[in-house]
Amino acid sequence: MKKREAIGALRARRLFLRRIGGAAAVASAAAAAGTAGLVGKAAAKSGAAAAEKSFPTPDYDWTKRQWAFGVDATKCIGCLRCVEACKVENEVPLTAHHFRTWVERYVYLEGENRPRVDSHADPVNIAASGSEREYRFANRYQDAKVEKAFFVPKLCNQCEHPPCVQVCPVGATYKAKDGVVLIDHEYCIGCRYCVQACPYGARFFNEEKGVTEKCTWCYHRITKGLQPACVEACPVGARVFGDRNDKQSPISLFIRNNRVQALKPETGNEPNVYYIGIDKAVS
Amino acid sequence: MEPLIHYAPYTGWVYPNETVIEWSVAIVVYPYITGLVAGAFTVSSLYQVFGFERLKPVAHLALLTSLCFMFFVPLPLLLHLGHPERALNNLLTPHWTSAMAMFGYFASFYIVLLLLETWFAFRPYIVEQAQKRNGLLGTFYRLLTLGSYDVSEQALRVDRKWIFWLAILGIPGAHGLHGYVGFVFGSLKAREWWSSDLMPLVFLFSAIISGVALLIVLYVLSSKLRKTPIDLGCLKGLAYTVWAFIMVALLLEGLEFANIVYKGREGVDMIMQYVSGPLLIPYFVLQFAIGAILPLLWLSYMIWRGTTGKALIAGVTLSACLVLLSVFLMRWNVVIGGQEISKTGKGLLEYPLQILGKEGLLASLALVAAPLVVLLGITRLFPPWEHQAAQ
Repeated sequence: MKKREAIGALRARRLFLRRIGGAAAVASAAAAAGTAGLVGKAAAKSGAAAAEKSFPTPDYDWTKRQWAFGVDATKCIGCLRCVEACKVENEVPLTAHHFRTWVERYVYLEGENRPRVDSHADPVNIAASGSEREYRFANRYQDAKVEKAFFVPKLCNQCEHPPCVQVCPVGATYKAKDGVVLIDHEYCIGCRYCVQACPYGARFFNEEKGVTEKCTWCYHRITKGLQPACVEACPVGARVFGDRNDKQSPISLFIRNNRVQALKPETGNEPNVYYIGIDKAVS
Repeated sequence: MEPLIHYAPYTGWVYPNETVIEWSVAIVVYPYITGLVAGAFTVSSLYQVFGFERLKPVAHLALLTSLCFMFFVPLPLLLHLGHPERALNNLLTPHWTSAMAMFGYFASFYIVLLLLETWFAFRPYIVEQAQKRNGLLGTFYRLLTLGSYDVSEQALRVDRKWIFWLAILGIPGAHGLHGYVGFVFGSLKAREWWSSDLMPLVFLFSAIISGVALLIVLYVLSSKLRKTPIDLGCLKGLAYTVWAFIMVALLLEGLEFANIVYKGREGVDMIMQYVSGPLLIPYFVLQFAIGAILPLLWLSYMIWRGTTGKALIAGVTLSACLVLLSVFLMRWNVVIGGQEISKTGKGLLEYPLQILGKEGLLASLALVAAPLVVLLGITRLFPPWEHQAAQ
């Protein structure tokens, strides 16, 4: 009888200790996240975080965040600094056929019902910039009567129901708990089924690495408390990023204060990039 | 040296990343070969399971053809992968929501099934050769007997039972394998040209006609080479089979196209521009008119007139060649065609076909020809024609 009681007491103590341990771990993680946030803000202007080897960041807890992205097309001026920043930050192949983010231009000319659409990857625009590595929109409509025109930045939508993840035969691409769709480049077999499945054309195949790539909202940066490179480079604040769990974050305010819309909602993918200022021709 | 990437010229508005057409002619060849496997197996099953006695002369040839092409099914995929050395990940850690993850299992299961069925079908021959031959070939056949030399009537009855049940199991196996290929395309909602519930069926029926057509050509060709008379009853049986299945295949493909046009969802303008422009000849003229409707009418005419003899042989063989071309074009028009229509619904691309390289035209043609070369070798070791007596 005594023995049984002793065992019971031991068990209770073990349980208690385990609980205490769990709480301590949570507390230390929270503290670490807080510090990371502070350090992150301080380091925000200090160059590419991609060079650092701590990926993913060891003390980052992906269950605590719900990242989202906003695009205010009314603000975009088509300067393409975002594209350049992305290419540099993520070592994207410097061609006109590989982009993690790009900008589209929609121009309605007088008397025309449908917009003329191009991106900086268009041969005319490349000719104007003189190189695939220089990003520019040629002034190709200067002699035309433009009725309406706007720019639309594009990037991976990190969909709630990502078709790219659904079709990956080996599970190399997956949705992180914080909402970002990631690719394990050590595991990707390079079949490109995901490239076909993405209705937004957000994925491309890196021929040199033999794997698929796409925008990860600069996962190596955001997990350190930094902003994605494109957001940081945008001079007009057309790109908004943040944590939806934080009700006062820029993205939460952006979604709350605007009538936002998503691209190709009919696909059922439920994108997590929220747009304002686009019209029905944008897909 | 070949450049690493070839960019697709385009008109209209396409997403920048779309200018590399990712699924090349190798991915056209992949469903083509898989289809031939399924089609040839259908012929074998028509005899083994459904008792179509007319097809007896080609039943074993069908089995060997199916097996030879099955050996090469994974090859175009391996050539295509960015990391072929990781291909086994597909089997080891399959992602169950992916249609493609099923490939490894379907293919492995089916290869085992085909090997087993072929072994049972050729067992009497193997035993006979093992006892007759000496030297390396003798050892080869003795190894293949797997220690079983019993060819008594009772043992053969057991063999026949195995063949029957394997053939029954093989029908969903072969058709599942190919139906799944159709699902790989049909289940993608990103492309209007692919996204169709009918796609698996379209793939399946075109697969059947391609396999039967291939057997017609192989049977006639092998008979000519071996200078043996062609069994006209068998040839007619094959012709009827193609005829019946072309009807279904045409109907399904017609329905699919009609659905796209009639539903007229977003992007249909671009599809109409595409089919009436760059796709006019490969789709309407070659795939439909010359590859499917012409052989259908020709076969109908021959059936109606009771054509026989050399005219029948020539007519059926030529029709079969046209069907083989039509099905290849169907694969091309689906795989390449789907990617030539931009996901924006506002532009068209042009696939830059390469001649050289691991995903070029030559490699792909070699992939289609290679199973035939292997078949030539295998028919020397396991003659599908001399073996009929054992059945």
